[in-house]
Amino acid sequence: MKSVHLQLENIRKDFSRRVIFDKIDFSMKNGESVAITGINGSGKSTLVKIIAGLLSPTRGIVTLSVNEKEMKVEQYHNYVGFVAPYIQMYDEFSAYENLGFFARIRGLKFDSGYADDLLQRVLLYDRRNDPVRTYSSGMKQRLKYAFSLLHKPEILILDEPRANLDRQGIATVYAIMEEHKPEGVLILATNDQEDLSLSDKVINLDELKMARNQNKKQLV
Amino acid sequence: MILQTTAVFFKDFQSELRTRYAINALVMFVITTLSIILFSIGGERVSPDVLAGMLWVVIFFSAMSGLSRSFVSEEERGTTMTLKLLAQPAVVYFGKLLFNLVLIFSINTLVVILYLLVIPLFVVKTSSIFITTLVLGSFGLASASTIIAAIIAKANSKGTLYPVLSFPILLPLLMTVMNATKLALDGAAFAEAIGEFRVLISYSVVLIAMSWVLFDYVWKD
Repeated sequence: MKSVHLQLENIRKDFSRRVIFDKIDFSMKNGESVAITGINGSGKSTLVKIIAGLLSPTRGIVTLSVNEKEMKVEQYHNYVGFVAPYIQMYDEFSAYENLGFFARIRGLKFDSGYADDLLQRVLLYDRRNDPVRTYSSGMKQRLKYAFSLLHKPEILILDEPRANLDRQGIATVYAIMEEHKPEGVLILATNDQEDLSLSDKVINLDELKMARNQNKKQLV
Repeated sequence: MILQTTAVFFKDFQSELRTRYAINALVMFVITTLSIILFSIGGERVSPDVLAGMLWVVIFFSAMSGLSRSFVSEEERGTTMTLKLLAQPAVVYFGKLLFNLVLIFSINTLVVILYLLVIPLFVVKTSSIFITTLVLGSFGLASASTIIAAIIAKANSKGTLYPVLSFPILLPLLMTVMNATKLALDGAAFAEAIGEFRVLISYSVVLIAMSWVLFDYVWKD
C-alpha cells in the first residue's frame, strides 16, 4: 500500500448563510483512523464529501499526498474508497456487471477473480448475476463495499457504515475495517458507539461548534 | 483516458439497451411528428425551403426529447456521485458526448429514411451536401445538447428548461443546417455549401472546447 498523508487545514463549509462547520484541522497517515460524529445536520456527510473531493470547502485546504507527491482534487478518487447511503449502484445491471463497468471507467483491467473474492466477502457471490434492482437495501449496502474496495484504495471513507445491514452484514463490514486499519487510512462518519470505539480519534462536530460559540461569547 | 471514455460510453449504451429511457421517447416522437407533418401537408406542393425547415424541426425536437437523458437519468437514479467517485470530469463528459453522438446519428438516420419514404416531394439533388450537413449538424446538436443536459440535470424543472435553454444556443446551428439542406435540395454544387460547413465545424469545435473547460464547474458542486 502506498504511503498517504491527508491534511485538513482550517476547513469551513457554508450553505448559503448557514455555517455548517468551521476551523476543522486534522491530519492522518497510514494506519490511522478517525471517526467524525455529531447530531443530524452537524455536517458529518459534508465533511467526508470534502475529504473525498466531492465537495469544495468554502474556506480551507485539503491536501492529499501519496508517496510524498501532492495530488490534485481530480485524482483523489483513485485513492479513496467511499461508502455512503447516497452512493447508488446501477439498478439495471447485476453486481458483477456493475463492478466490471466501475473497473473499466476507473481505467483498470477488470480482474474477475478479485471481483469474485470481493463479492464472496460481502456475501453476494450467489446473487452476483441478478440485477441490483432485485436486491434488498442491505444487499445494496454490501455491494457498495465491493465497489469501494475494487481499486484497493489507501483511504476508506465510510459514512453510516452500518446503514441497512443485519448482524452478518455488520460483522462483514467490521472485518473489512479491521483489515484496512493497519496499513490504510480509515475515516468513519457515524454516531454509533461501537463504530466510534473502532477508531483512534473522534472528532465531534457538535463539541467543536460549542467551543467556537463559547469563544465568541467570551470575546463579546 | 480514451479507454475510460469508451467505458463510460459502453456503460450508457448497455444501460440504454436495458432501460430504453431515450430510445423509446425518441422513436415515438419521430413517428408522431412525421405523421402530423404528413397529414398537414396532404396533397399540397410544399417548397423545398419549408421541407428542409420541417426536417430540422423534427430533428431538433427529437434531440430535445432524448439527449437530455444522458445526465438526467444519472441524477434521477442518484448515480451522479458514483460517477464522480470513478473518473475525472473530462472522462464523464466525453463518454456522454460519445453516447449522445451515437444516439443522434442513429435517430437522424431513422428520421431521414422515414422522411424520404413518406414525403415524396423531399428530393435530395446533391447528396454529398445533404450527408455532410446531416453529419455536421448531428455533431453540433450532440455537442450543444450534452453540456446543456449537464447543466439542467441539477434543476428542478428539467423537462421545460431543456428546450428553452437549448433554443438560443442551437439557433445558429439550426439556421445553418436549414440553409445547407436547402442547397442540397436545390441541386447546388458542393463548393457552394463550403461556407455553411465551415460554420458548422467551427460551432462544434467551439462548443466542445468550451464544454471541456466548463464541465469541471458544472459537474462539481
